Amino acid sequence: MSDGSMTIGAAIAPAGATKRTVQAHGSRRTYSAYALVTPAAVLMLIMLLGPLAGVIALSFTDYQLGAPHFSWIGLSNYQDLFADKVFWTALRNTLAYVVIVVPGAVIAGLAIALLIQSGTSLRSLYRTIYFLPVMATLIAMAVVWEFMLHPQFGLVNGMLRGAGLPAFSWLQDRSTALYALCAIGIWQAVGFNMVLFLAGLVSIPKQLYEAAEIDGASSGWARFRLVTWPMLGPVTTFVVVISGIRSFQVFDTVHVLTKGGPSKSTEVLIHTMYTEGFEFFRSGYAAAITVVFLVFVLLLTLIKSRLADRGVHYT
Amino acid sequence: MAQIELSAIRKSFDGTDVLKGIDFRIEDGEFISLVGPSGCGKSTLLRIIAGLEPQNSGQVHIDGRPVDAIRPSARNLAMVFQSYALYPHLSTFDNIAVPLRMRRLSAIERLPLLGKLLPGRRAKERHIRADVEGIAEQLDISPLLRRKPGQLSGGQRQRVAVGRAMVREPLAFLFDEPLSNLDAKLRVHMRAELAELHRRLKATFVYVTHDQAEAMTMSSRIAVMMGGELIQAGTPAEIYNDPRDIRVAEFIGSPKINVLPGRIRKDGGLDVLGTAVKLSCQAAAGECRVGVRPERIDLGAGPFSGTVVHLENLGAEAFVHLAIEGAGLRLIARLADVRQLPAMASSITFGFAPDAVRIFDPAGKRIEIRLEQPERVREPAHV
Repeated sequence: MSDGSMTIGAAIAPAGATKRTVQAHGSRRTYSAYALVTPAAVLMLIMLLGPLAGVIALSFTDYQLGAPHFSWIGLSNYQDLFADKVFWTALRNTLAYVVIVVPGAVIAGLAIALLIQSGTSLRSLYRTIYFLPVMATLIAMAVVWEFMLHPQFGLVNGMLRGAGLPAFSWLQDRSTALYALCAIGIWQAVGFNMVLFLAGLVSIPKQLYEAAEIDGASSGWARFRLVTWPMLGPVTTFVVVISGIRSFQVFDTVHVLTKGGPSKSTEVLIHTMYTEGFEFFRSGYAAAITVVFLVFVLLLTLIKSRLADRGVHYT
Repeated sequence: MAQIELSAIRKSFDGTDVLKGIDFRIEDGEFISLVGPSGCGKSTLLRIIAGLEPQNSGQVHIDGRPVDAIRPSARNLAMVFQSYALYPHLSTFDNIAVPLRMRRLSAIERLPLLGKLLPGRRAKERHIRADVEGIAEQLDISPLLRRKPGQLSGGQRQRVAVGRAMVREPLAFLFDEPLSNLDAKLRVHMRAELAELHRRLKATFVYVTHDQAEAMTMSSRIAVMMGGELIQAGTPAEIYNDPRDIRVAEFIGSPKINVLPGRIRKDGGLDVLGTAVKLSCQAAAGECRVGVRPERIDLGAGPFSGTVVHLENLGAEAFVHLAIEGAGLRLIARLADVRQLPAMASSITFGFAPDAVRIFDPAGKRIEIRLEQPERVREPAHV
């Protein structure tokens, strides 16, 4: 240690004498450094930050899609938005959807991953089966769900009747429509989460489980609490945030199955934005909804990076 | 504390026999090293004792009680792993406290928030704290208690792993190559520390290593394993001086024992490299192998001669590598006095005392010898 600092000190002393040349050198080096990051910076501006700034700017105008003129109207889009009951319904529904789908998809994904991991045979078969919904187009799958949830000849009601339970008209009933969509959302996200959890499980050193067993963790639950759950911490954070962002973006099932109905009971943010922007052509208003949506996603991302910084990574 | 008895332990993985019937008895308070080259089954045997691996047949008894149907957590053995297997998310304190919490707290008391509210928990937690701090004191890791394993050096992690094993006073300690991840200097230091720990705890230690130096320096007894069999067990001195098998002789000792071609004459006398040595044995006449330890080779006098091909001067001692003309073999002699180092490529004569010789039959089994004259003879007869 002391050797190291000696040599560093010795190296610095003569450097002071030639400070001038170093500075001249330095500025030239700064220019070339900027030149080198320019392509990446420009691309980022055009592809990511530009559109974002555009959307934010648009939200302060009364622009309508295809209109030749627009004028700046300040915050009045936001005033309209916050006064609009549909917006608040959409926001409430979206949050309810996130609050149900995220824990559901994370817990189910983890449970399936644990089951597959502890199984001895047919692992890759199960993995593929559970991953299928992720690979399939959700729009196409939504059509299948529509059939399954059909009040008269749907599979779900058929099974309920077979078990002697009352049937529902799932997607047509105000009280069940959102929950039916949540179920589809969980079904769709579970496979993706499972794959991430499986990757996390594989990377846990086997010796930790052996050490836990020797240390007296005889039950599966004790080993899960002592080893699996903490070791999956980084994966879980990632999965929760990704599931959260994806749930906020829910659109395709809503659009195909309910169009936000019945009576706005499944209206969600992105669907409201779509309706305002592409059916009523109120681009400025839709942009304002997008900004609100972005704020939520940004919040989630901030939480994730905060958690990641807090040292959930071990070595 | 505990005596461990293994009887007829067999184990195979996918049709490969890893252990071929091990019978062994580890006495109470012994420091036993299971030593052998990689793949000899020593780690598997340790894992069978721990219960982490089920044997195909045979029994393990701990203190006379069969434990084959008892899971590892209930056998009350502690194990130190090669990778230490510390819980990376827990501090040093919590790592050492895990075995105590698992045993002293109920499942409900271990629950993250609710557990703290239960009446008995606080008192138990106080006892655990006192025990962990006592262990940390003993191992000199008190300042490290709040650090995570990622912030510790290899040697410190090693101590934490030992602390986690010690804290609950197990029946026996199992070590699976615990020093192999440390650098050479630290390894020598930890060797002394572990031996010291054994003397202090007086517990049964079962120590697996492929490093014969570790086995020689720490253990009260060594069990040498080769190819799934336990070939010889005995004190380090016995194993070194009285190997029953040429594989044991070759494995123990560094540099390796010199093996010379020999021949047993019809009258029971022995020729080494065509020169008669003053000893006899009762084995049938024929080829044999003659082992002589490097430190038992006397340079500068004797009936044999070789060319110096390589010198290793370690300062306190030196090793002289000799090539023997005509025989196409090399041997190593230890020179205690480095000031008498021979020149490279020079020719030098050497010999050895008859009692330095260990003879093995072609199958590798030891042949007993009888010295022809009881007193040590330096000058074997010239032929």
